[in-house]
Amino acid sequence: MTDALLLESMTIVRVRRETSDTFTFDLDARPRGGFRFAPGQFNMLYAFGLGEVPISISGDPLKPAVLTHTIRAVGPTTRALEALKKGDPVGVRGPFGTPWPVDQALGKDVIVVAGGIGLAPLRPAIYSMLSRRQVFGKLCIAYGARTPADILYDKEIEKWRGRIDVDLEVTVDRGDPDWRGHTGVVTGLLRRFELDAERTVAMLCGPEVMMRFAARELESLGVPAACIYLSMERNMKCGVGSCGHCQLGPSFVCKDGPVYPLTKVEPLMSVREL
Amino acid sequence: MNPESLARSLAQHPFCKDLTQAQVEFLAGCAKNARYDAGEYLVREGSLADALFLVRSGSVAIESHIPGRGSVKVDTLGPGDIIGWSVLLPPFRWHLDARALAATVVFCLDANCLRGKVQADHSFGYAFTLQLLAAASQRLTHARLQQLDVYKAELR
Repeated sequence: MTDALLLESMTIVRVRRETSDTFTFDLDARPRGGFRFAPGQFNMLYAFGLGEVPISISGDPLKPAVLTHTIRAVGPTTRALEALKKGDPVGVRGPFGTPWPVDQALGKDVIVVAGGIGLAPLRPAIYSMLSRRQVFGKLCIAYGARTPADILYDKEIEKWRGRIDVDLEVTVDRGDPDWRGHTGVVTGLLRRFELDAERTVAMLCGPEVMMRFAARELESLGVPAACIYLSMERNMKCGVGSCGHCQLGPSFVCKDGPVYPLTKVEPLMSVREL
Repeated sequence: MNPESLARSLAQHPFCKDLTQAQVEFLAGCAKNARYDAGEYLVREGSLADALFLVRSGSVAIESHIPGRGSVKVDTLGPGDIIGWSVLLPPFRWHLDARALAATVVFCLDANCLRGKVQADHSFGYAFTLQLLAAASQRLTHARLQQLDVYKAELR
């Protein structure tokens, strides 16, 4: 527990603007011999003097020399992180939490359902599956964003879309006159994929209401609830299940999550007080 | 396409999955194949709802024209989707435009023929309307989720 609470300073080596309010930065992990994590895990990032926020790792788990996070600037701490430049230090604690069930998906079809910035925590799982693509069945990715300008990783999405072994669909809730892609909610895409539903593992990340709707749709298509995984979000603070800020019913999201099977969180998702 | 093979391919469409073979054959009496090129309109807002479309392949935008903003797309439909429950609902007018975004192949079900069959055979009418209701319910659910604007930034 001591190590998990110990802050480590890492240096920004690259900053990329993703959308008007979202950015990605790479931290140099070489001085510490690389940063190993499992897809789906998160770190607590500290903007020195201001505060800590839980941010999912969005980089490639096979490239431990660089630690990547994609952050949406919506509050004082994330805005302070947004103001940082190459060469600036950031405090890091982690990695924390449960990973995506990438290994449980071996030999099965996989559907990744991402909404908004929910694509960031799923990207490491996508990298991981693409690195050994042949050991999975179909790989389908459904991604929904608010508008075309809010689409993350657009160049990478185009690259994935160009692969014959990936079936990828992108939709926006609200198009603009130049948008030639799909308009509508991400759940509307799910019926379009030809999956062996009973042998499919689903990984969902996005706003909780989106995940609820998507999980219902997947269940109606025949995907077993035990094979649907969601990344939950609560007010993570300590990262080790000690402070209780992220309590979700009988579990702590920072320690027992953020990735849960639907069977575990479904009863809790309908409890408004949680 | 002869009536038997039309009924066979119609039976493959998700809209028909809960209809009996006899009901699909009955429905096939109203159906024909149609193809639309990219940019071509399947239906125009305000015009007579004279057909129900079951999309087989391609992509169709559901749009409304807003003065000053042009055509605003509210949904994109594809294989397995249906367009046109206005065919059963008076005053039988389209509420939105439907425009092919790519070459699109559909089953086109004649509205007058459909209304006649729904009236003539209430058992078929019930099964057909139930399918229509399921499709409408799914689209309404999607529209509600869209309305929630779930990706809007929230202060954290």
